[in-house]
Amino acid sequence: MPVQRVAGIHPGQTEADVQEEVHRGVLLTTIGKALAWARKNSMWPATFGLACCAIEMMAAGAADYDLSRWGMEIFRASPRQADLMIVAGRVSQKMGPVLRHIYDQMPEPKWVISMGVCASTGGMFNNYGLIQGVDTIVPVDIYVPGCPPRPEMLMYGILRLHDKVQREARIN
Amino acid sequence: MRGADLAARLRNRFPDTQEFRGEVTVTVQPHDLTEALRYLQDEPDLSFRFLSDVTASDWPELVPRFWLAYHLLSIEHTHRVRVKTGLPPDPDPPHVASVVGAYPTADWIEREVFDFFGVVFDGHPDLRRIEMPEGWVGHPLRKDHPLSGVNTQYKGAFIPPPDQRGL
Repeated sequence: MPVQRVAGIHPGQTEADVQEEVHRGVLLTTIGKALAWARKNSMWPATFGLACCAIEMMAAGAADYDLSRWGMEIFRASPRQADLMIVAGRVSQKMGPVLRHIYDQMPEPKWVISMGVCASTGGMFNNYGLIQGVDTIVPVDIYVPGCPPRPEMLMYGILRLHDKVQREARIN
Repeated sequence: MRGADLAARLRNRFPDTQEFRGEVTVTVQPHDLTEALRYLQDEPDLSFRFLSDVTASDWPELVPRFWLAYHLLSIEHTHRVRVKTGLPPDPDPPHVASVVGAYPTADWIEREVFDFFGVVFDGHPDLRRIEMPEGWVGHPLRKDHPLSGVNTQYKGAFIPPPDQRGL
C-alpha cells in the first residue's frame, strides 16, 4: 500500500524543536582542528631509547603510568609509522647522523621531544664524545628537563605537545 | 713466577725492570719494542702469549711525551707483565712499530690508541679511527685537546658550542 509523507508537518515536534536538536547533536568544526584532534589522540612514538632516560620512557609506557590513555602505547620500531620521536638519552657524535636519518624517514607531520638534560644540552657530559644538545641536529618541540625525568614529567611534556598540536591547527 | 722472581728473571734481558707490589714493569726503547715482545712471547718459561691491552698516556711536560703500555698475560703460567715505551713529542704524530704480527688482538686496540692519541703504528693493516666519527679533527685524549665546548661535527656542518651560539 503506497504511503506518502506530507511536507511541513512534524508530528510532536515544531520546526524550532528540530533546530534545537540539530544544535545539540551536531558538532561543527574545521577540517584542520579535526585532523589535529585525531593526530594528538593517537600519536605514535618511534622507539628511540639511547640511555637511562629510555628506562623512564619505557616505564611511562608500561602498566603503572600507561601511555595508552592517550593512544600512545605503540612504540613503532619503524620510523615510517611514527610521528613523534622521543630522544631519550645522550646523543653521541656518532649517533647524530643516525638520529637525523631516522628523523628524515619519519613522515610529516612529525614532532620531537628532547627528554632529559643530556639530549637537551649535553647535560653533565660537556666533552668530546657527545652532541651538546640534540637541537643542533633536529628541530625540537618540547624539552623535558630532569636526569632522568620521571614518567610524570614525560607525560606532562607529552600533554603540552598535544596542546601544541591542537593550537597549531587553530593557527593554520 | 711471581713478582720479584719474575722481575729477577726479566732483569737478565731487560735491565730497566721494576717491581712494585707484585706488578712487574719493563721499560724498553721504542725500536726494541717488537723484539722485546717477541722474546716475552717465545721464551718457554715466560710465554706471554696474550696481549690484554695497549694503553697510552700523554705527558706534555715530559720528553718522551707519549707513553705506551702493553699489558701481557701468560695463560700457561698465569703471570703478567707490563711493557712500557716512551715516544718523543717530535715528530708529531709519533711513530712506533705495530705488533699486530705478533699479537693479532692488537689490531683494534692499536686503532683505539691511534684514534685517541694520534700515535701512528707502522705496519698496521688497517689504521683507521675506531671510536670517534670519521673526519674528526684532533685526538681527544691528548692533553692539549679542548676539555669542553666541543663543536658538533655533523656531516661537515659547523655548529658552535652552546656558549658561543649567541642564543
